[in-house]
Amino acid sequence: MASGEAIIEVKGLTTRFGDNVVHENLNLEVRRGEIIGIVGGSGTGKSVLLHTILGLKKPDAGNISVFGLDLTTMPDDERRLQERRWGVLFQDGALFSGLTVAQNIQVPFREHLNMNPVLMDELAAVKIEMVGLRGSAAVLYPSELSGGMTKRAGLARALALDPEILFLDEPTAGLDPIGATAFDELITDLKKTLGLTVFMVTHDLDTLRATCDRIAVLAERRVILVGTIDDMLRSSYPWIREYFHGPRARAAFAAR
Amino acid sequence: MAKTAIAPDLEAPKASYRTEVRGRELRVMLSGDWVVAPVLSVDDELRAFAEASHDADEIVFDMSGVGRFDTAGTWVLERTAAQLMARGIKARFDKANEAQQTLFDKVGEGAYADPVRIPDEPLVVQILARIGAAVLVLADGARDGLGFFGTVVAALGRTIRHPSRLRVVSLISHMERAGFDALPLVCLLTFLIGAVVAQQGASQLARFGADVFTVNLVAIIFLREVGILLTAIIVAGRSGSAFTAEIGAMKMREEIDAMRTLGLDPMDMLVVPRVLALMIMLPLLTFIGDIMGLIGGGVVAVTQLHMSPGVYIERANSAIVFWTFGVGILKAPFMALVIGLIGCQSGLEVTGSAESVGSQTTRSVVRSIFLVIVLDALFAMFFTAVGI
Ligand SMILES: Nc1ncnc2c1ncn2[C@@H]1O[C@H](COP(=O)(O)OP(=O)(O)OP(=O)(O)O)[C@@H](O)[C@H]1O
Ligand SMILES: [Mg+2]
Repeated sequence: MASGEAIIEVKGLTTRFGDNVVHENLNLEVRRGEIIGIVGGSGTGKSVLLHTILGLKKPDAGNISVFGLDLTTMPDDERRLQERRWGVLFQDGALFSGLTVAQNIQVPFREHLNMNPVLMDELAAVKIEMVGLRGSAAVLYPSELSGGMTKRAGLARALALDPEILFLDEPTAGLDPIGATAFDELITDLKKTLGLTVFMVTHDLDTLRATCDRIAVLAERRVILVGTIDDMLRSSYPWIREYFHGPRARAAFAAR
Repeated sequence: MAKTAIAPDLEAPKASYRTEVRGRELRVMLSGDWVVAPVLSVDDELRAFAEASHDADEIVFDMSGVGRFDTAGTWVLERTAAQLMARGIKARFDKANEAQQTLFDKVGEGAYADPVRIPDEPLVVQILARIGAAVLVLADGARDGLGFFGTVVAALGRTIRHPSRLRVVSLISHMERAGFDALPLVCLLTFLIGAVVAQQGASQLARFGADVFTVNLVAIIFLREVGILLTAIIVAGRSGSAFTAEIGAMKMREEIDAMRTLGLDPMDMLVVPRVLALMIMLPLLTFIGDIMGLIGGGVVAVTQLHMSPGVYIERANSAIVFWTFGVGILKAPFMALVIGLIGCQSGLEVTGSAESVGSQTTRSVVRSIFLVIVLDALFAMFFTAVGI
C-alpha cells in the first residue's frame, strides 16, 4: 500500500451523449493517499467524469481501473464488493428522501455489514457529529434540511464505511465560510489519519489551496494539466491563467 | 499489484484484545485491524468489558499492536473508556501514534449524546391515535377539497373571461394524453362488458322467454350507467394518477415554487389545462364507450340469440329515448371535474419525499373512484326525482 501508487487510472477515455462528445482521449491518474482537485468551466464534464469512474455511465472508449482492477469488465457481484471501498457525495446530495438523516447514513451498514442496531445508531451519531451537524438533525428527513445541511448529511453517508476513496462533487458549494473551512480541515485530517484518497470536483479556490495535493484541469474534452497549485500559477494556458490569476484567486492566494 | 487489488476487508481481518495485570494497572493489549467490519465482532465483548467489575486502579488501552484504525474502531474504544470513567474507573490510551491520536480528537464528545429515539407509545394509544388521525385527515380532506374546488372554479372563471390566459398547447397535449391515448383501452373494455351484460342478461331472460328484451337491458344499462361509470373509472386510474405523479414530482423538485416566483400561476399553468382537458374528453370517451358497449351487446345478440343486425338496431332504437343517452353524457363533465380536481390537488399536497408521491397517487385514485361512484348514486337519485 505504498503511497504514490496509482489507485485510479483513466486511460484514453471517450464519453458522449448522442453527438455531444464530453471527453475525448482523456487520461488521468490519481495516486493513493492524495487529494486531487478537478477544476474546469461549467459543462466541461467534471461530473460526467466522476459518474464514469463510478461506473454509473459506460465509457464509449478507453479503460478505467480503480484499485488496479478494471471495473468496466468486472461481474456485478465482484463490483459490489469493490463499491463499499469508496464513498460518494453527489453534487445535489442525493439523499434518500424517504429516510431520515441517521437512516441514510446507516444504509451502507445495513447493506454491507451485519451490524447490531445500537452500534448502528452510535456510529451514525459519530458521523453526524464529525461532519458538523447537530445531533438533532439525525431524525430529520432530507426535505427538512437546508442546502448546507444536505451536503453535510451526504458527506456523512459517504464516510459511513470509512472508505478508501472519497468522491466529492462540489462539496463546499452551499456551505458557509466557517463550515467550508471546517470541511477542509476534516478532509485533510481524514486523509492523514485514514490514508484516504480524495477525488474532489470543486470550484472553491480556498478548498483547492487548503486541501489539494494536485489539481487536474479539464478543458477541451481532456485533462490539459495536472500539477500542484504552483504549476497552475506558472501555466500560460489562457483559461488556467484567468482561473488562477483572477480577482477571486488573488484574494484566495493572498495568504500564501 | 494483484495482491493489493483484493479488498483488505475480504481477507477476514480480525480485531481482538487481551488483558494483562501489571500491579494495580490493567493493560488491555489491542491487536489486529480496528476497522468497521472486524470491530463488529468485538463490540459485544467490549460492552460487557465496560460493565464488568475490575480489580484495578487504572485501565490502560495499549494501542501499540493496532494495525489499521478507523472511526468505527475509535468510537468503540472511546465509548468503552467513557463508560469506565463514568463508573469511576480511570481509563486512558497509551502508545497511540499521531494519526490515532488525531482520530481520538476528531471522534469527540458530541457523539456521546444519546442517539435520538422516538419513544414507542403503548399499542392501544397507537391504535386510537391512528383512528383519530384518520378522522382528522378525512375532515381536512373534505375542507381542503372544497377550498381547492373554489380556487379552480375561480381560475376557470378567469380563463373564460380572459381566454388568452388559457394554455392552449398544454390543453391539447393533455386532451391527447388523457383522451385520445385512452381510446383503445376504453373501447376494448366497454365492448367486453357490453358483451358480458348481453350474454348474462340473455341467459336469465330466456327462462321467461323474454330474451328479446336483452336489447333493452343492454341499451338502457349501458347508456345510463355502465358506459359512463366504466369510462370514468378507467380515466381516474389512467389520468388521475398521472396528474398526481406529474404535479407531485414537480412539487418535490420545487418547480412549482419556481413557477410562482416567476409570476406564473400554477393554477393556470398546471391545473386548468388538465381539468379542462378531462371535462372535454370524458364525455367524448363516454360516447364512444357507449357505442362500443352496444356493439358488444349486438355481437352477442347476433351470434347467440340469432337476431339479425337490423332487428337489433331497430329494437335498440325503440328502447332508447334521448334522455337514456343524455343522462349518461350529462354526468361525464361532472365526473371529469371530480377526477381532475382530486388528481391535481393530491399532486400539490406532495411533500418532500418520493414516498409521498406514491402515497398521494394511491390516494388520488382511491378517492376519485370513490367519489365517481358516490356522484353516480347522487345523480341516480336526482334523475329519479325529476322523473327522467
Ligand atoms: N444525462 C445527460 N444527458 C445528456 N447530456 C448530459 C447529461 N449529463 C451531462 N450532460 C452533458 O455533459 C456535459 C458535461 O456535464 P457535467 O455535468 O459533467 O458538467 P460539469 O463539468 O460537472 O459542470 P458544473 O461545474 O456546472 O457542474 C454538458 O455538456 C452536459 O450538457
Ligand atoms: Mg457538475
